Amino acid sequence: MYSEKVMDHFTNPRNVGELANADAVGETGSFKCGDTMKLYLKVKDERIEDIRFQTFGCGAAIASSSMLTEMVKGKTIDEAARVTNQDVADELGGLPPMKLHCSNLAADALQNAIADYKSKQRSV
Amino acid sequence: MESRLVYMDHGATTPVRKEVFDYMAPFLQERYGNPSSLHTPGREVRQAVEEAREKTADALGANSDELYITAGGTESNNIALRGLAKKRGKPGHIITSSIEHHAVLDVCKDLEKEGHRVTYLSVDRYGRVDPAAVQDALEEDTFIISIMAANNEIGTLQPVREIGALARGKGVYFHTDAVQVVGQLPVDVNELNVDLLSLSAHKLNGPKGVGALYMRKGVKIDPLYRGGSQERKLRPGTENVPGIIGQGKAIELAVSEIPEKKKRLEHLRDRLIKGLINIGEVSLNGHPEERLPGNVNVSFKYIEGESVLLSLDMEGIAASSGSACSSGSLEPSHVLSAIGLDHSTAHGSVRFSLGYGNNEEDIDYVLEKTPPIVERLRSMSPTYRSR
Repeated sequence: MYSEKVMDHFTNPRNVGELANADAVGETGSFKCGDTMKLYLKVKDERIEDIRFQTFGCGAAIASSSMLTEMVKGKTIDEAARVTNQDVADELGGLPPMKLHCSNLAADALQNAIADYKSKQRSV
Repeated sequence: MESRLVYMDHGATTPVRKEVFDYMAPFLQERYGNPSSLHTPGREVRQAVEEAREKTADALGANSDELYITAGGTESNNIALRGLAKKRGKPGHIITSSIEHHAVLDVCKDLEKEGHRVTYLSVDRYGRVDPAAVQDALEEDTFIISIMAANNEIGTLQPVREIGALARGKGVYFHTDAVQVVGQLPVDVNELNVDLLSLSAHKLNGPKGVGALYMRKGVKIDPLYRGGSQERKLRPGTENVPGIIGQGKAIELAVSEIPEKKKRLEHLRDRLIKGLINIGEVSLNGHPEERLPGNVNVSFKYIEGESVLLSLDMEGIAASSGSACSSGSLEPSHVLSAIGLDHSTAHGSVRFSLGYGNNEEDIDYVLEKTPPIVERLRSMSPTYRSR
């Protein structure tokens, strides 16, 4: 059902956990299936220096979260903002059709984290 | 590498027992006659088919002429419910429960489209239908009450006897989907006041693709299929002979072993439940006592069922889940919703269904492998950390 890459990210997820002193936090939940995800960003000079995630969800949700953190770590905020759920799914070698919404979760959490970062920048 | 397999998904299907396989194997090759043929090879197979029918009927306390062979539980449910509705020929009222298998629920939904009215009874937090609610739901034109004998997901046993007595008193046909119960607990159609009953061979260590419908003498239904006179025209088509023979043997064995097996499985079940609950923030779904001997259904808080299943599978443990992510529908199972579980508790549900082959070592193994899996997934969960 899942690709080897999905299983790898599910079994050995990258960047799991919380970040103390995160510069931005993004949270999202799927009203449809009940999965939730929380993303923490550490940003330096407009670049994502460090990133962590926590996910309550299925194998695809955990793997998508992990994959996303790997994809955007080191990218600038603007570059990261262009990553779509399709990019995450593609990078994982595809997801079963019923599980595509799980990659949405990861992309949405990132967008929320970026919005949080930008709103904090404005208020400084 | 771990190569052990602990199969705990007997609610989904069971392996064919060696004795059953050996018994049915000749009917795949040397005993290939068509039971409807007049010649010797045909007549010999006819006799074997009728013996198997008798064994199946005996297991239910029924007569063999009340037993119709089908392709399984789903087909039995379809033939029973649609057949009764077809025979009636005009819209009427049906009573069922909200936690039936889809093989009953979806048929009822179809019948609604055809003009029938259906009452889907709610259940209590353990998943039990209240016989008084059945009584209250009865209408002038109620013609079927269909309540499952035990729920496939949470294992809760239904008050079949009471509902049957009530139906009998009102002259309404009572059908029960007993797929999960036959071969696990004693079933006597007369004691239970059942008019129609569905069963399936592959749930009791028989082959897949074969089942039966018990129909009390005098119950009239219209057949759904046309073509031949097999199964007294109720289910035409050349018989699945090896399947029928295997079903007869499997049910005979299963029923003869019920007292011993029930005791053994209940012991293993309760050990597993206790051990899983000891992990902490784990709750049992379904009734603590009134449940199938082999059914364990728990919710692991803060984590999701499918990720537990994937992790268990990597350790060689086969289980199942009614969580939204495992169902393919993005909705938690209708059963978990009906017993009032909130989304996140339903999300973490896992079913371990024990059967014939399971033993103490299997329970030890599952109780050794599960806590670290739960711990790992919880350590990743935002709801666990921020609670």
